[in-house]
Amino acid sequence: MSGFVEVKNLTKIFPNGTKALDSLNLSIEQGEFFALLGPSGCGKTTLLRTIGGLEQVTDGEIYIDNTEVTYVEPGDRNIAMVFQDYALYPHMSVEENIGYPLKVRKIEKGLRAERIMTAAEALQIQNLMDRKPSQISGGQQQRVAVARAMATRPNLYLFDEPLSNLDARLRLEARTFLKQLQRELGVTTILVTHDQSESLALADRMAVMELGTIRQLGSPAEFFHRPANLFVAAFIGSTPMNLLDGKIVNGMVHVGDSQINVPFATKSASEGQNVVLGVRPEYVSVSSPQSGGFTGVVKVLENLGTHYLVSIDCNGLLVRGTVPDGEEPTPGSIISLLPDPKRTLLYDKESGDLI
Amino acid sequence: MLFLFPSAIFITIFLIIPAVWTLYLGLTNYSLTGLAAANPKFVGLQNYATVLKDPEFYNSFKLTIIFVIGSAIIGQALLGFIIAWTFSDKPGKLRSFVEVIIILAWMVPSSVVTFLWSAFLNGQNGTLNKIIGGQTEWLITHPMLSIIVFNSWRGAAFSVLLFGAAIAAVPKSHLEVARIAGASKYRQLRDIIVPASRGHILTNLLLISLWSFNLFTPYLLTGGGPGGKTEILPIFVYEKALRYFNFGIASAIATIMLLINFVFALIVIRRGKQK
Repeated sequence: MSGFVEVKNLTKIFPNGTKALDSLNLSIEQGEFFALLGPSGCGKTTLLRTIGGLEQVTDGEIYIDNTEVTYVEPGDRNIAMVFQDYALYPHMSVEENIGYPLKVRKIEKGLRAERIMTAAEALQIQNLMDRKPSQISGGQQQRVAVARAMATRPNLYLFDEPLSNLDARLRLEARTFLKQLQRELGVTTILVTHDQSESLALADRMAVMELGTIRQLGSPAEFFHRPANLFVAAFIGSTPMNLLDGKIVNGMVHVGDSQINVPFATKSASEGQNVVLGVRPEYVSVSSPQSGGFTGVVKVLENLGTHYLVSIDCNGLLVRGTVPDGEEPTPGSIISLLPDPKRTLLYDKESGDLI
Repeated sequence: MLFLFPSAIFITIFLIIPAVWTLYLGLTNYSLTGLAAANPKFVGLQNYATVLKDPEFYNSFKLTIIFVIGSAIIGQALLGFIIAWTFSDKPGKLRSFVEVIIILAWMVPSSVVTFLWSAFLNGQNGTLNKIIGGQTEWLITHPMLSIIVFNSWRGAAFSVLLFGAAIAAVPKSHLEVARIAGASKYRQLRDIIVPASRGHILTNLLLISLWSFNLFTPYLLTGGGPGGKTEILPIFVYEKALRYFNFGIASAIATIMLLINFVFALIVIRRGKQK
């Protein structure tokens, strides 16, 4: 056994018959920041909760730190969890909230106070100790929840969408903070999120789930550059990837009227194969008309700050590319969008897998 | 304001006038028979003095307290909370089934329910005696216990539903944080569920205590007997007024009951506002 957290053939079927996890296997390394990403209902939260012991498994095994914990009570797994709603007790002060798990574990009063203080200092909430949760802001509540988790000194952190109740700006701050804290503590952390940018930003490694199975496992860079299938390709990236139906003819990809030359990608595809051409708008550049690539009328220009997202209508086919600020074309003009051959991917139309 | 007029008239006729009338009667020697019936006299606080010197009143008051503690606080509130808590994490279907059974006890009219309980507790052919074997005349040998069990059974539904709603309102994640910390079921109850339901608990205690304090239904089971052993205050008032026709005394007792209720409600509400 290698990983710190090992999940083997894990299946979870709810009493109503929903199969939330389907013989899932996963190995998470010691000290790793691991993200579980997927649309709602994909089973990511169920997986986190079964690792935490809050859900009974139907079949399979879970190991934490080389010990089987499949049927071990959550309280005996030495883990801590941070919930989306923070789950702070309204009738307890911030200090009592942080100290509650320690009190339950019968940690002696002096040591308890010391641990509460250390956690509070790490999260810079020392000055809020006497307040009630209702008297502090959402961002502060989130820190209290993390401090409470930290004070128990667990072997494993389970984060269930801890940032999604924060407003956009605060979320970015909390994200940086969380990553820095995890680096300093060096404790294995599993984060569940539906936000792909959060997952890319935070994780050392991540998994994208769909229908109770893992569709791809790897580093954020791998996910961004080489999504393993169409599902992941559509899910990852803040601007959606261009995914265009095509066919391999004479070593070229024919998409609509356009013929795209992507030698790296077509190498392993077979002649006449039905494919989906995938390229991120970030890797599509603008050139003058009739110079290859996709030619069409500029329909929409979206300002992304440093760049513009350009959408062109190529005989009914919508293709997107980005251009630097200041070089954007005028709407209605005819331009060509040229995919970077090295960054263009081909997926099999039938299976949806990367060729 | 004009729209309130019809309801204001009804409230005046059916609530305010009788209340003031009762207060007034308590200050007279009004009676249904004899000279005082034809020509009631104003007697000031004499009725109150008579009541407060009457050992029967204190006995009745004591019985009422036993009845309220037994049936309202222990029987309905405590038992209701335990039932609500026990079924709070059970599957929805089982919970709904239990709720329906309990609400049935609440829905049936008092007269029907007391008839059923008379049959249930009957010495010769009562259901209870048939089940456990024996000839005990429950309403005679254990009259207070009988009406306490009766009122607990009758009113538990309200507490079960109210507490059920309060417990369901505690976010699951709050209990899960405690579970991950290793808190037992009992600790989760004590540290999280009870503090979170504090408002519901106080409101519930207030309502069911007042209801039980003013409850007349046990009269239909025991008639206040045997030997006055179940003569709780509402029955005591009824006897004074409609058996001995002494409306002055009965009104004075009713006013005293109103004062007790009022003070009790004030204390509970004030406690509810404290943090």
